[in-house]
Amino acid sequence: MSFAEIIRFALRGLAANKLRSGLTMLGILIGVASVILLVAVGNGSAKAVSDRISALGTNTLTVSTGGGRGGGASTSSSGLTLKVADALDDPVLAPDVKSVSPVVSTSATIAYGSTSYDVNSFVGSTASYFTAANYPLASGSAFSTDDDAQGRRVVVIGQTVAEELFPGVDPVGEQVTVSGALFTVVGVLDEKSSSGGFQDANDVAIAPITAVRQVLTGYGALNSILVEAADSKMVSTVTSEITVILNQRVPTSSSGSAGYTIRSASQLLETQTETADTFTTLLGAVAAISLLVGGIGITNIMLVTVTERTREIGIRKALGAPRRVILTQFLIEATLLSFIGGGLGVAAALIGANFKIVGVTPVVVPSSVVLALSVSVVIGLFFGGLPAARAARLRPIDALRYE
Amino acid sequence: MHPVLDVRSLTKVYGEGEATVHALRGVTLAIARGEYVAIMGSSGSGKSTLMNILGCLDVPTAGRYLLDSVDVSRLSDRQLALVRNRLIGFVFQSFNLIPRTSALGNVELPLAYAGMHARERRRRAMHALDTVGLADRHDHEPNQLSGGQQQRVAVARALVTEPALLLADEPTGNLDSHSTEDVLTVFDELRAAGRTIVLITHEPEVGARADRLIKLFDGEIQSDVRQHAVGAAG
Repeated sequence: MSFAEIIRFALRGLAANKLRSGLTMLGILIGVASVILLVAVGNGSAKAVSDRISALGTNTLTVSTGGGRGGGASTSSSGLTLKVADALDDPVLAPDVKSVSPVVSTSATIAYGSTSYDVNSFVGSTASYFTAANYPLASGSAFSTDDDAQGRRVVVIGQTVAEELFPGVDPVGEQVTVSGALFTVVGVLDEKSSSGGFQDANDVAIAPITAVRQVLTGYGALNSILVEAADSKMVSTVTSEITVILNQRVPTSSSGSAGYTIRSASQLLETQTETADTFTTLLGAVAAISLLVGGIGITNIMLVTVTERTREIGIRKALGAPRRVILTQFLIEATLLSFIGGGLGVAAALIGANFKIVGVTPVVVPSSVVLALSVSVVIGLFFGGLPAARAARLRPIDALRYE
Repeated sequence: MHPVLDVRSLTKVYGEGEATVHALRGVTLAIARGEYVAIMGSSGSGKSTLMNILGCLDVPTAGRYLLDSVDVSRLSDRQLALVRNRLIGFVFQSFNLIPRTSALGNVELPLAYAGMHARERRRRAMHALDTVGLADRHDHEPNQLSGGQQQRVAVARALVTEPALLLADEPTGNLDSHSTEDVLTVFDELRAAGRTIVLITHEPEVGARADRLIKLFDGEIQSDVRQHAVGAAG
């Protein structure tokens, strides 16, 4: 009997039991699809978190005035000053620091013509701030170190500010009034995804620190200092380097604790990634359970039909079917069921992964596809093939009498 | 001429120890080509056991079984499959058709296992169905056929390979009188065509149709008589 003939027999066997074949495939489909999708959701949420954090800049450190006493420009006579910021930019003591950007920040009202807008954070800093804080420009240009040194009144505004003040007008080159002083808009920041969600990351205006101190904040302490490491791997080195400098420069607070705190985005990233990994593991476990349940479903259907199939095998043996032919037929049936079911499951999962699921865009992990498919195929082959193999070994009369 | 079927002191024992059952206690029997033999006996007389051994569905505990001069007990699994396929046609009491498969598909099955091509297979299967008078029902599935029709399909399946021996284990046991008559008529025709038929029954009127009647009792042959078959004239 030729192999093609046996395949035809197997197909006829599947077609003869459409409901059973369909249910078996459905079980496999659900098992495979749920594993792939759940892992994809876990992976997608982890990726979303890390994307949001890396948008903050992973190689920057923020030095702020310590002890949680709210570091407005008006507070603390001591703390961070421009001198401290300059001291951090020390190629000997801190060779891995790429740039240091002193930051003052306040809210301010910007007026253009008859419209005015309360910008949430009006930042004064140096030219290096744009790269350190990850603020790429959409149009125009950032201000230069020279602008800062000369105290020129130029400003770069965020998307929200641009939309509020200049609807339909190109803001670059226009003049706005901030606290009675004229500023020239030289650039517009690129749209930035809102991190954390508390405030609009695009509701911002950035101007040279000299100008901002002159016009808005006065010459008090800095709000923070943004330190950019040469490489994201050097963040911890840089942390220890600047700690040494800061310990010398920044006096401890009255309670005796350090007068500053250092936060790094990469620390945040690590914690968040750990959380996300836990989440993925959790979803993976749920997925594994559903694969197990799916597997038991397959096993169940396969075993339930053993009685009927054993009798059928008995009949076929009585008619003179060699054991090899019977085995091949039943193995092909099981293989087809598993592969078609598994393939449909993968297809369903890949289609499902195109949609947002509970606010998360799933990202399919290729290894989960392979794992889910192979597990279901192995289960299908094993529990489809094993009883058939056992029945094919029986004497015809025993197979015929099987209950 | 050597007999088609030649069994010598065949015994079959089921179980062990206290639960031992001697189903056959030494049966010796030879059946020549073209004979129509009925084996009768009460329930438990060992007639089904004998039939299963004759059909190579079961193996004897001791004794020799020569089928067409071949010692069946020495054959391998694969050779046994070949014997069942080529030399024996078996008809079961419970029909044993493959469910959800057309009558034609069922009759074609032994030919498929013999490795015959689809076209030739179909032609022969249709011819066999024609012999039992069911050519017009060839696309019906077993559950669309009456008991008598199912048994005739089973007979067609048993004779499609033109076996040396046609074995029927209570072929009319599950049938009403009308269907019984249909099936027995088919056997009469086959006998007239020179086929060797062995059937088991507990109905005397079925046994009367054969030209040799063997009675089994408690695992041994009680009587073995040649008779003038009722259906032979017809």
